[in-house]
Amino acid sequence: MQYNPTILEHFKNPKNQGEISNPDGVGKAGNPVCGDVMQVFIKVKDGRIEDIKFQTLGCGVAIAASSVLTEIVKGKTVDEAAKITKADIIEELGGQKKVPPEKIHCSLLAEDALKKAIEEYRQKH
Amino acid sequence: MKKVYLDNAATTAVDPRVMKAMQPYFSDKYGNPSSVHSFGQEASETVGKARRQAAKFLGAKQEEIIFNSGATEGNNTVIKTVPKILKEKGGRDHIITSAVEHHCVLDSAKAMEKEGFRLTILPVNKQGIVETKSLEDGIDDKTALVSIMYANNEIGAIQPITKLAAIAKKHGAKFHTDAVQAANYLDCNVDKLGVDYLTLSAHKFYGPKGIGLLYKRQRAPLGQYMSGGAQENHLRAGTLNVPGIVGMGAAIELVSKEQAKRSANAQELRDRLLTGIKKAVPEVFLNGDRENRLPNNVNVTIKYVEGEGMLMSLDMEGIACSTGSACSSGSLEASHVILALGVPKEFSHGSLRFTIGQDNTKDDIDHVIEVLPKIVKRLRKMSPLAPKKYH
Repeated sequence: MQYNPTILEHFKNPKNQGEISNPDGVGKAGNPVCGDVMQVFIKVKDGRIEDIKFQTLGCGVAIAASSVLTEIVKGKTVDEAAKITKADIIEELGGQKKVPPEKIHCSLLAEDALKKAIEEYRQKH
Repeated sequence: MKKVYLDNAATTAVDPRVMKAMQPYFSDKYGNPSSVHSFGQEASETVGKARRQAAKFLGAKQEEIIFNSGATEGNNTVIKTVPKILKEKGGRDHIITSAVEHHCVLDSAKAMEKEGFRLTILPVNKQGIVETKSLEDGIDDKTALVSIMYANNEIGAIQPITKLAAIAKKHGAKFHTDAVQAANYLDCNVDKLGVDYLTLSAHKFYGPKGIGLLYKRQRAPLGQYMSGGAQENHLRAGTLNVPGIVGMGAAIELVSKEQAKRSANAQELRDRLLTGIKKAVPEVFLNGDRENRLPNNVNVTIKYVEGEGMLMSLDMEGIACSTGSACSSGSLEASHVILALGVPKEFSHGSLRFTIGQDNTKDDIDHVIEVLPKIVKRLRKMSPLAPKKYH
């Protein structure tokens, strides 16, 4: 496989995979017509993202990007989390040089899903 | 780790007997067949033998065989030169092909559309078959060329070539078939099929990569795609790839001899795999006609999971196969063949294709059946589209 070890590891053993039963925010990005769907659930306590989980339909990099996203986000404040971009995710996946160019959009999806989850949280609070 | 190669539609291993046949032609008998001296003549004789082998397999005349780099070249040559000649000669300005062709056919046809030809792309039914009525409705007396593949590379669907070619003939149009996937398993006699052109690639039937042939019926028109030499009756310039041609000849002869055995073996394994997958994995459906299907092809849609993710997981278990998902092809759309079947878009990225070859065994198949359900289970658990019961 041409994927780097970081991507492979996150694909094999994804972190924080699952759902949250009473989430404070849920964000969905992508669509089944394109073949990529990511759903992110967040639980917020005292302004910090206490817990975050993901569900993803997508290729190896999409699943790895979701996993990496949750690791970056967990424990950060909502404001800090809102600043995360796909560049941060790509960095954690091994950097621009180690992620195939056609897979960059997977990280964009992750950023999208997180931002939507945060937006829902902010609307409720 | 046990390695299981089930992607024979993508390419096949060169048969050791083919390797042996090719060996002398690299550094021992290396002459250019166009050379007048004995080095050249020796090579030329060998090419002649391969040409006879190919002609015999197709039921064609030797002068109807044009060696080239493969079916991509052959398909491009036919589609990009034949209609132009027929337009000039008789004002024919229409090309017909099908929605499930390989990209080299579709892209060539679309290129001709840009040059002013009318293009009709025939739909397929839900089994992936071009119905004769579609061609009857689409063809007219200005149709220059109809190009329909004999057997589909993704779903193994076998097209009714003899009937379709007859319709083309009735309207004075030429008929081309891409027989790349058919060679191993189906009768490729050009008179039985009634075709004017047929393309093959050696690396799909245990020959080397980079070599193929174009069959052109005597007196059928063809333009010179590559200029600069007298090779192949001035139809295809370029020094002949002697080792490749020898290899292809040997491989074709093996197909002639072993076709029935290969088909029977492949079919047994194919049916075992399909039955096993359906039993072990819920919510799976077959893509393409069950009956009119290549004996070595299994293509299934597995609901709620994405193809490339499955591929990666299978690869980690030593199993090689293929998928029609967008993620695996770098485009935004799933396979045009899967979509042409009418598979709902939300499931169109979940297909897996397993294509059996002469080296596969029951153990290989059983390994897939053992491993695939766990992979699907894991990915369905992660999938936001999968019903609750899978989470």
